[in-house]
Amino acid sequence: MKSSRAYLNRIFEFVIEKAIFLAGILSIVFVFLIFLFLIKEGFSLFRTYSIFSFLFGTKWYPISSPPQFGIVPLLLGSVAVTLGAILIAVPLGIGSAIYIAEIAPRWLREILKATVEFLAAIPSIVLGFIGLVTLAPLVKKLFHLPTGLTALSGSIMLAFMAMPTIVSMMEDAFTAVPKSYREGALALGATRWEMIRRVLLPASASGMLAAIMLGIGRVIGETMAVLMITGNAARIPTGLTQPVRTMTATIAAEMGEAVQGGNHYFALFAIGIVLFIITFLINVTASFLVRSQRK
Amino acid sequence: MERMQKQPVFFVWALILGLTLWALIFCPAQIQARSSAKHKCQTLQIKGSDTMVNLGQAWAEEFMRLHPTVHLAVTGGGSGTGIAAILAGTCDIAQSSRDLSQEEQESAKAANKIIMETPVAWDGIAVVVHTANPVSELTVKQLADIFTGTIQNWNEIGGNDLPILVLSRERNSGTHVFFLEHVLRGGNAKGTEEFAQTALMMPSSQSIVQEVETSEAAIGYVGVGYVTNRIKTIRVARDHNGPYLLPTLDAIQAGEYPIARPLLFLTLGESQGDIKSFIDFVLSPAGQEIVKALDFVPLEK
Repeated sequence: MKSSRAYLNRIFEFVIEKAIFLAGILSIVFVFLIFLFLIKEGFSLFRTYSIFSFLFGTKWYPISSPPQFGIVPLLLGSVAVTLGAILIAVPLGIGSAIYIAEIAPRWLREILKATVEFLAAIPSIVLGFIGLVTLAPLVKKLFHLPTGLTALSGSIMLAFMAMPTIVSMMEDAFTAVPKSYREGALALGATRWEMIRRVLLPASASGMLAAIMLGIGRVIGETMAVLMITGNAARIPTGLTQPVRTMTATIAAEMGEAVQGGNHYFALFAIGIVLFIITFLINVTASFLVRSQRK
Repeated sequence: MERMQKQPVFFVWALILGLTLWALIFCPAQIQARSSAKHKCQTLQIKGSDTMVNLGQAWAEEFMRLHPTVHLAVTGGGSGTGIAAILAGTCDIAQSSRDLSQEEQESAKAANKIIMETPVAWDGIAVVVHTANPVSELTVKQLADIFTGTIQNWNEIGGNDLPILVLSRERNSGTHVFFLEHVLRGGNAKGTEEFAQTALMMPSSQSIVQEVETSEAAIGYVGVGYVTNRIKTIRVARDHNGPYLLPTLDAIQAGEYPIARPLLFLTLGESQGDIKSFIDFVLSPAGQEIVKALDFVPLEK
């Protein structure tokens, strides 16, 4: 009786263990399969279209004959919007995270944290719609532009979306700094600001960088809001107050039209590979930075 | 540290809860949808041209009022989306504001599918500018030069000294393709003219109207159904000998307005059953009356 019970238990243990193992490696399998599919579809483009003209071409005319699939304008469009968003979100994010982690009283801290996290829960299409109606006219008026649908409008909108990631990650990094550091600094006669600037920020530098990297990852992959608000003109941007077309918006806007198995369809997947590689590198850098802080 | 450990647990629970909810809500609906499609064959999917989506919706509502047992679902996404859907078999009727492209014809042939075109209405494409813009007449050639970026300032065509802001529809739009071939390339589908790189690609006709309303520098094109009195419609002529015409009912039906196109229903093979009775309804006087009510142009007077 007793031995059969133990036996059953062992089988049970075995099954559960394997099931959990399977669940654990599933995400790896998924990422691998997705990447494989991307490679397969994207590289089909290069059988008939040179990879050089894809990566360095400056014209995106996918439905002309012959089509031109130069992604430089799209890549630079994404870079412009992302750069703008990070320039806005990082200073705001650092300030907000310092306030939440170090200065705010306990009750306010909880409210602020919940609110910042709530910001992340707003669907991007809603933010995009609000931006289209309120932000674009404002940008147009402030800078005397012919249109408000510019990289700058997209950057401001995306800064809002990157803020939750940046703030909560940075706040984690600040809280991870041992209390003894702060107490030591204050005991030596440092003011609160001196303590933050000389002790807290250097001690959490890599965590802060990781937060910024993840913010960039969030921004560069965002689609709907930029599609609605950046004007989508596929030209090489020379400033933030011009319309730009990002890689994500291009995929979203054109996938309906692309004939399955056609070169245009493959080109959109090739853009997908470029995006995948960029976000992959960003995420790897970020997790490397996080680990280096823990040590 | 305690907080950091709690979060993943919370996340896992949220995930489990979310998946359960998802399964509860969607799976029965899917099963139901599938079985009803199999047994009754009464939900018709109509998909395609954004220009036609309101028109299709109006037809569908009236048709469903007359035939309560049939359900029609109308969605947009662009003519290309509709054509892709009918080739993939995910819709019953594709609404399209353009003919099939060569690539689409080839992929239909490869899939051994015959696409039938039925013209259901006319659409005139209106060229629109800001109400304060002094320019009110343009030839097709001038329009082509504006949209390809050869003419860059309004003062080159009798307007103010102001750089032109060119607004186009996104490439998945049938209006985009029609305008490209009939205006920019002057009717030669094999032409190499292109929209200027600086042209803004707008996701919908509504967004073009909105942008033209607020920008004095803007010029854009939309189906006549989208024209409001807060924007100004340009009179267009085939060439400089005129006549310069607005996209009115008469001018389009007489074939005099230069930028007009037929709106099409695409079906797989000869249509039967509910699909056929819906198309018959659309072509009937009652159906064509709806065309007129939505500011499109009926097939005949």
